[in-house]
Amino acid sequence: MTDPGVTDLGVTDLGMPTVASDPYGHLRGSEPFPVAARRSLADTQLRQNLGHATRTIRAKRAGVVAEVDDWEELRRAGEGIKADVMARLPELLVQFEEAVTARGGVVHWARDAVEANRIVVDLVRGTGAQEVVKVKSMATQETGLNEALGEAGIAALETDLAELIVQLSDDRPSHFLVPAIHRNRSEIRDIFLREMPDVDPELTDEPRLLAMAARAHLRRKFLSARVGISGVNFAVADTGTISVVESEGNGRMCLTLPDTLITVMGVEKIVPTWSDLEVFLQLLPRSSTGERMNPYTSTWSGVTPGDGPQTFHLVLLDNGRSNVLASPDGRQALHCIRCSACLNVCPVYERAGGHAYGSVYPGPIGAVLTPQLTGIQGTDDVSASLPYASTLCGACFDACPVRIDIPHLLVQQRAAAVDAHTRPTTQDVAMRAAAAAMSSPGRFSLVERALKLGRLIGRSGRIRSVPGPGAAAWFGARDMPTPPAETFRQWWARTRGPSS
Amino acid sequence: MVGAHPGTVVVSARDEVLARLRAARDAGGATAPEVPREYRRSGTAPPGSAEVVDRLVETLTDYKATVHRVADEDDVSATIADILENAGVTTFVAPPGLPARWLGEVTARVRPDEPPLSVAKLDAVDAVVTGAAVAIADTGTFVLDALAPDQGRRAITLVPDHHVCVVRAADVVSSVPEGIARLDPTHPLTFVSGPSATSDIELDRVEGVHGPRRLDVVLVAPRA
Repeated sequence: MTDPGVTDLGVTDLGMPTVASDPYGHLRGSEPFPVAARRSLADTQLRQNLGHATRTIRAKRAGVVAEVDDWEELRRAGEGIKADVMARLPELLVQFEEAVTARGGVVHWARDAVEANRIVVDLVRGTGAQEVVKVKSMATQETGLNEALGEAGIAALETDLAELIVQLSDDRPSHFLVPAIHRNRSEIRDIFLREMPDVDPELTDEPRLLAMAARAHLRRKFLSARVGISGVNFAVADTGTISVVESEGNGRMCLTLPDTLITVMGVEKIVPTWSDLEVFLQLLPRSSTGERMNPYTSTWSGVTPGDGPQTFHLVLLDNGRSNVLASPDGRQALHCIRCSACLNVCPVYERAGGHAYGSVYPGPIGAVLTPQLTGIQGTDDVSASLPYASTLCGACFDACPVRIDIPHLLVQQRAAAVDAHTRPTTQDVAMRAAAAAMSSPGRFSLVERALKLGRLIGRSGRIRSVPGPGAAAWFGARDMPTPPAETFRQWWARTRGPSS
Repeated sequence: MVGAHPGTVVVSARDEVLARLRAARDAGGATAPEVPREYRRSGTAPPGSAEVVDRLVETLTDYKATVHRVADEDDVSATIADILENAGVTTFVAPPGLPARWLGEVTARVRPDEPPLSVAKLDAVDAVVTGAAVAIADTGTFVLDALAPDQGRRAITLVPDHHVCVVRAADVVSSVPEGIARLDPTHPLTFVSGPSATSDIELDRVEGVHGPRRLDVVLVAPRA
């Protein structure tokens, strides 16, 4: 059975790749990256927490990747499978839908975040439940499902430890894998003491005890939950099998104990066959938590009489993915398996943290995925600032388990951001001026002499701003060294030139 | 379908999403590349070999499962009896098809999951004893098949706080691809690698969150 979800549309809208809706601002941030990053860089506690956590995970990942002698071959297979999926995505989705339906699941399609939220809210209302338990899902963070459920009077309880920390402190996630990576153990203890009514007031900041406090807090909820909500790590087209990869067992609780399971899945999560999991179940855990295998992976297919939820709804979500798919290179961003290895190795992420990106998809992959999902609307779209949040050092490509060429995509998205200009920017004007100056030796030496003026405003050795229209925008993200007292050409003319 | 108003069409979300994806796929490229599969699809040693079993002991132990090695299936019941007694287990749940010979010497009270126990009853037992479909030595993983009579529905290995799992050497493979090949993807499956754990606090692995906090593996493998 499929949900008709019928809507009136203008003829011209039908079938055109379309950017995401973002009802709660979880994709497009509220300020440009440089502005947000400057604030997080000033937060020394945040930088200390992130530095410690990313150093730990980088070392663990390197250790378990080194154990696998065919790692590069696995990466190439992962890349190939995902490229194959993109080339056959509509057909694979239809095949998958048939398999899920044949096994007793109900498949719904959602054009965008608003529609996905509406479908889930209606389904939960249909059960009469006032509360749902959720296992961490990037797709439902993207759509703002918790807010939509809240507006409908339904409490959505995040059960992943880090998500729980974020939810209890009314915070935003800052990492795919460890949404509370920006918090250290003593901050987490403080949040638990403040927000968990039944917690032991003697709770210390020992991680084992913090985990026990979360177990106690959630256990009654799990055992009585009627509706569970999940995302998807991999969905197998030919068998209708869905997998969720996790650590704590909160996923197993949400997927097993409730009567009704609602799963929201971005359409790109498909793999063609069951045996493709032999590649991804090697790549994902080692790249993400730095483990040979995560503690629990659950797989299921439709409804199984006598085991687990007896009602299963699957919501297939576009929300801008068709826009990404339409780009021959850009669609690589849809290959992402959300391991977060690129975040952990990125020198920009390590210092600025996930919140600075303004999107639920932070870090290098987020900087190329987010602007493609939202599209870039005009010169001052904050999404357009994300591809510049990189030094193009290439560490993200080396770490990516499916070989996404993130540096190449960053450059492409910078070009897209420039193309979105509707009027000349300061940079355009500056480049035109530079072109004019460099077109004759006489003009160039005039500019060289003028450069000395820069020494007057750069007393600390750096120029942080100059007067002039639009210059503030340019210097918003940059400073530059004070020009030298003498340029190379001037030095050459003085020491080696014909007149000396 | 033609809509009520001239110039509009009524389209289901399904048709529209698929139409968008077809247009996008064609614009971005519709040629499916050959997938390079040069990675190892079979393990370094044959299933059940001493080398593979030894590696499984290492990887299980590394992720904080306790491994009890027995040479013969006749020794399983005494080992399980010891494990349960040492842990102070008085009641445990067993799937309907658990081999009776595994429990011969066990003194703790068994509650068979037939008819299925309520969640509250599962929460009240101290432990669960099951078999496993396959174990993967490279990663320290065993897989539970919910439709296998000696493994049982997923809830019974989730709610009790202590899991004792019997793994036979013949079911131990070296690599993930060999493990995947032995499983039926239409059955509910649970891949278990060590007790429940989290890395959410400063990315340190801490054992014991919502799933069973204690995991014992009884490995039936003759010494070479």
